Amino acid sequence: MSAASPPTAPSSKSWTVRTRERVVEALPPEKLLPDGQPTYVASWIYVFGVASIAALIVIVASGSILALKGPAWWHYTGVGHFFNSIHLWGVELFFFVMVVHLWGKFWMAAWRGGRARVWITGAITFLVAVPTALPGYVSQQNFDAQWIATQAKDGINAVGVGAFFNVTNFGQMYSWHVLLLPVAVVLLVGAHVLLVRRHGVVPPFTIDDRKAALASSSAAAASPAPPDGSSSPPTSTGTRS
Amino acid sequence: MLTVLFSSPDDPPSTIARWSRQQPINFVADATKELGGTSDTAEYGPPYNHNGEGQHAAFLYPQKWLGVSHPIDTTNDFVIGPLSTIPADPALRSAVAEYKAASEARKKAWGEAYAKPLEEYETASEEGKTPPSAVSTDPATGAVIVKASGAGPVPALMSGLLGLAQSGGLDGDLLTSKQFFQTDYTKPLLFMADGGLLDERAEAQHLLGEQWGMMNETGSYPGQAWLWLYALWYQVEPFKASENADILVMLVMGVLSLVFICIPFIPVVNRLPRWIPIYRLIWREHYRAGRGA
Repeated sequence: MSAASPPTAPSSKSWTVRTRERVVEALPPEKLLPDGQPTYVASWIYVFGVASIAALIVIVASGSILALKGPAWWHYTGVGHFFNSIHLWGVELFFFVMVVHLWGKFWMAAWRGGRARVWITGAITFLVAVPTALPGYVSQQNFDAQWIATQAKDGINAVGVGAFFNVTNFGQMYSWHVLLLPVAVVLLVGAHVLLVRRHGVVPPFTIDDRKAALASSSAAAASPAPPDGSSSPPTSTGTRS
Repeated sequence: MLTVLFSSPDDPPSTIARWSRQQPINFVADATKELGGTSDTAEYGPPYNHNGEGQHAAFLYPQKWLGVSHPIDTTNDFVIGPLSTIPADPALRSAVAEYKAASEARKKAWGEAYAKPLEEYETASEEGKTPPSAVSTDPATGAVIVKASGAGPVPALMSGLLGLAQSGGLDGDLLTSKQFFQTDYTKPLLFMADGGLLDERAEAQHLLGEQWGMMNETGSYPGQAWLWLYALWYQVEPFKASENADILVMLVMGVLSLVFICIPFIPVVNRLPRWIPIYRLIWREHYRAGRGA
């Protein structure tokens, strides 16, 4: 065998290199997996974003067990009914904490600072989660499913969607519910979280100018004014704990 | 903890067999409409048939544009087809042949003659009045007796269909297709939805449209509470009385969804959080520490 020759620099970067560089540039490891957050993240409202993800994990885990055992399992076994109940309450909690999370982000104007895509992916996740739950309700194989299917068909048919999303077809609804729509929700949540990591958590509003002026004038009375007479710029709130 | 404390609802489903045994007159009244093509399903339009245009809003006819994807002919699929599967009943076979051979006008006359006393019975029952004696049931056999002249073979057809339904055979017949395994319950569900049993059970479980419909769930469970805004429109005018309520509500929700997504770019709305200082409550620790300037 001949001796190993030294690696030669490629004349042009391959697509894998370009992709890797672009990904690392957009999401360097310290942003992707941070070990600290700004001090203003110490607020109860931030719990609801994490709680939404936790509820989604419970839903996917309990739903996977129900899917593995088959759609009829939970009707005739206590264990199955238990997992169905976990799935149901996971969904109820998921929507509850997600709505609180959305309202919280609205009042924080969390789209500021180039974060519009973070808001948009969150809003679309909510809107996709609704039709993800619906085929679950009509796949229950009980009276609830029968009634909801016969009622929901009219709205869905009215906009033409019933042509390919037939809520009275159990097999089709089961497929949408256990695979197609959950994949969409999980991908959207993943994109949402990655965008949060990339742009960081939105900082608080600075207090209004009038109060800032009052505060600076009080400070000026207690200490010498800066040589140029200007007020101090807002201090960074991005200190890491 | 919620799982342990509250479990989850699981009310048994309705079947056509159960419906035809519990409410045989209602079943026969509905089946007569299916035969005559006057039931809700028969006149629905797309995606089930061409007997109606479906709903529209202004120039938008999406229901019509997407066409008939799940064809249902209630006369043949719900009545004549299942009756043709019953073996060794020459009288029934003769009645089916007579009906199939008749002109449309004759079929309509037979159907109306048979449906009239049934409709009078249903109306009287709903209004709490004494029902007319022209319709009765035989408690021993569960058969429905309708005194109607000029109904041709329709009494024989309905008698045969009621017997098939009460035996459980119609539930299976409406699922039958080329495949052995079945997952599409469109036909039996629509047949039952045209009748009164599902409505009766739904009303008892606060599930009717005027009770906020499908947003609720059987029992005292929260249901799909996230559909509150969607269900709200059905409770107010002009949606409440509109024949096109479903498409109008869906369009309103579509526009609102778009607004929801585009909030960051909508003037005034995107400034509301700045003007209404709820953020001070959210970040109160931050401002208390004097880091907000």
